Amino acid sequence: MKSPDPGAEPHHATAYSIAAAEFDCEVIENEAVNAEYMHIVATADPLATSVAAGQFFHMLCPKDGPNGPFFRRPMSVYKADPKAGTVAFLYKVTGSGTRALATLAPGDRLDLFGPLGVGFALEPDWRRIVVVGRGVGLATLAPLAELAAANGMGVTAVLSARSPAVMISGERFRAVGADVIEVTDAGGTSGPARLERVLRGLIADGMADAFFTCGSNRLLLLLQRLGREFGIPGQVALEQQMACGLGMCFCCVREFRVDGGVAHRRVCWDGPVFDLQEAISW
Amino acid sequence: MVDMNVEIGGVRLANPVMPASGTFADGLDKAVDFERLGAMVIKTITRELRVGNALPRVCETPEGMLNSIGIPSKGMPYFHEETLPTYTRYSTPLVVSISAPTVDGFASLADEVSLPGVAAIEANISCPNLEEDGKAFANEAASAERATAAIRRRTSLPLWVKLSPNVTDIAEIARAVEAAGADALVVANTFLAMAVDIESQRPRLGSVTGGLSGPAIRPIVLRMTWQCARAVDVPIIGCGGIATAEDAIEYMLAGASAVQVGTVTFVHPTAMISVLEGIESYCLRRGYERVTDLVGALSVEEADETDMEWVDPLR
Ligand SMILES: Cc1cc2nc3c(=O)[nH]c(=O)nc-3n(C[C@H](O)[C@H](O)[C@H](O)COP(=O)(O)OP(=O)(O)OC[C@H]3O[C@@H](n4cnc5c(N)ncnc54)[C@H](O)[C@@H]3O)c2cc1C
Ligand SMILES: Cc1cc2nc3c(=O)[nH]c(=O)nc-3n(C[C@H](O)[C@H](O)[C@H](O)COP(=O)(O)O)c2cc1C
Ligand code: FES
Repeated sequence: MKSPDPGAEPHHATAYSIAAAEFDCEVIENEAVNAEYMHIVATADPLATSVAAGQFFHMLCPKDGPNGPFFRRPMSVYKADPKAGTVAFLYKVTGSGTRALATLAPGDRLDLFGPLGVGFALEPDWRRIVVVGRGVGLATLAPLAELAAANGMGVTAVLSARSPAVMISGERFRAVGADVIEVTDAGGTSGPARLERVLRGLIADGMADAFFTCGSNRLLLLLQRLGREFGIPGQVALEQQMACGLGMCFCCVREFRVDGGVAHRRVCWDGPVFDLQEAISW
Repeated sequence: MVDMNVEIGGVRLANPVMPASGTFADGLDKAVDFERLGAMVIKTITRELRVGNALPRVCETPEGMLNSIGIPSKGMPYFHEETLPTYTRYSTPLVVSISAPTVDGFASLADEVSLPGVAAIEANISCPNLEEDGKAFANEAASAERATAAIRRRTSLPLWVKLSPNVTDIAEIARAVEAAGADALVVANTFLAMAVDIESQRPRLGSVTGGLSGPAIRPIVLRMTWQCARAVDVPIIGCGGIATAEDAIEYMLAGASAVQVGTVTFVHPTAMISVLEGIESYCLRRGYERVTDLVGALSVEEADETDMEWVDPLR
């Protein structure tokens, strides 16, 4: 079915945990990793740590006043550690919810609902993947790099940030054996022309069986163009304001290009990870 | 053991707790066992294909939210092939919410959804009446009555009619809808409202205005429930800002025979289950054998009318 089609079936129906639950977690750590990003770690039970790369939790931020956050806030998982029984998130303080989240101290409670959404799907015949992320989008891509490495795939990570001081996750990517290319606005290395040269080089070297991205419209457009030119598949993790997180309210719909038409899909339910070419930039 | 059964306009429910239309869908089964619900009320359907409204479609407000989701509808083939089978797998009664832009549209849609597996129809009459002045059917007794009567003639299923709170005298509308053949009333839909972002100086909703829901509206809808319960004999389903069992009990004491939980499910997905369990334990603690004993049990010492006039312009 073409337009109007609010909520067509997801493009890849990978099976994720059929259950989700509200967890009353204990904060173990909540610290600034640099001037912009915070790292929060909380206790989690096995259902919560079964979260897959690209899936998210819907977080209840503490009330910061009478107008304090009413909705939950979606956050993709940065690290899930089933052995330690913890989940971690990397977040940027941007508004009332994340500001309140930043006030939590070890020992405080944090209410998480999840795991939710459709995460990244790796095809078994991919040998080498390229992940390209910017800003806090890198938090979403780090568990994917780990998953790919665990499946024997080579990973090249192109990490983009405003400046080296707010660059994150380089270590996470290196730890799984990824080749890390860091580019910054401050260093003049993150411009589109320069990035395109880097990516074309990776394609020529046979390093790009698939592209993955999150966090930047510009990067999405660039990867879509290169993907079309070279027939390279890919996936993108998208963000959209959410209320329910469970596909019930239809506030998070976005338009997608599907079979020559426009389909409306719910980011929380059909995504947040979507086919690279189907996503429409914002 | 408390007998939690209730009968709502011809439908027997195992308990009085159900979702509000538009705040419930199959995805919730990740967190909630639908067999435990009193009923399943699904998102309003329309015959027309619709994509819904401009973004942003929601925003937060103190203890509540605004929405202008609209009624994105995938049309009737989708309803028959996908929606219906999704819910008829459960033994919980299915309530189908319908809406239409004309009286005849309401009637024919009611006819079309009067199918095996559908336990009741909920008529969402808070939508514009395109044949008249474009005002919602629910806004005036006459148009609410016409829509209800037309649906009544075309279906033998129990008919619940959902009222709008955006009216001066809700009891008058309740009486008109009852007279036109409604088996139960749902009180109420959302309040027309708006919010402004003072930095961008733009409305916070893509469609400028939207519906206010959540705990913020509870005291007002509770008052309306009480007014309707005094005005009509058919059962009333209270709906507005219910977050906890205490809230639901408030509604039942004021005259609601059942309750719908809406917005709060977005924040606490299992809220309906804790509401249900809390009502049961309240009954146990207070020695009620049947949950129906709560309905309208409010004891009111009539205040001196003249003293109260200044707070109560609507009564
Ligand atoms: C699937 C998903 C995963 C995400 N993962 C991360 C992550 O790992 N780290 C991180 O820092 N951020 C992440 N975000 C973005 C994060 O949800 C927002 O930054 C956060 O909601 C902002 O809330 P606030 O109250 O601080 O901001 P405010 O601007 O005060 O929020 C107002 C409203 O807008 C919504 N909103 C604002 N910005 C965004 C946004 N970018 N995306 C979605 N909703 C937004 C809020 O949820 C809230 O409803 C993710 C978003 C999605 C959809
Ligand atoms: C996102 C959203 C969508 C809604 N969609 C519908 C709808 O399709 N049909 C309807 O009759 N009511 C709809 N409502 C109204 C609710 O069913 C309910 O009447 C209202 O929200 C008040 O209850 P609450 O405060 O518990 O949410 C919607 C409410 C919300 C928040
Ligand atoms: S957030 Fe409710 S449908 Fe996506």
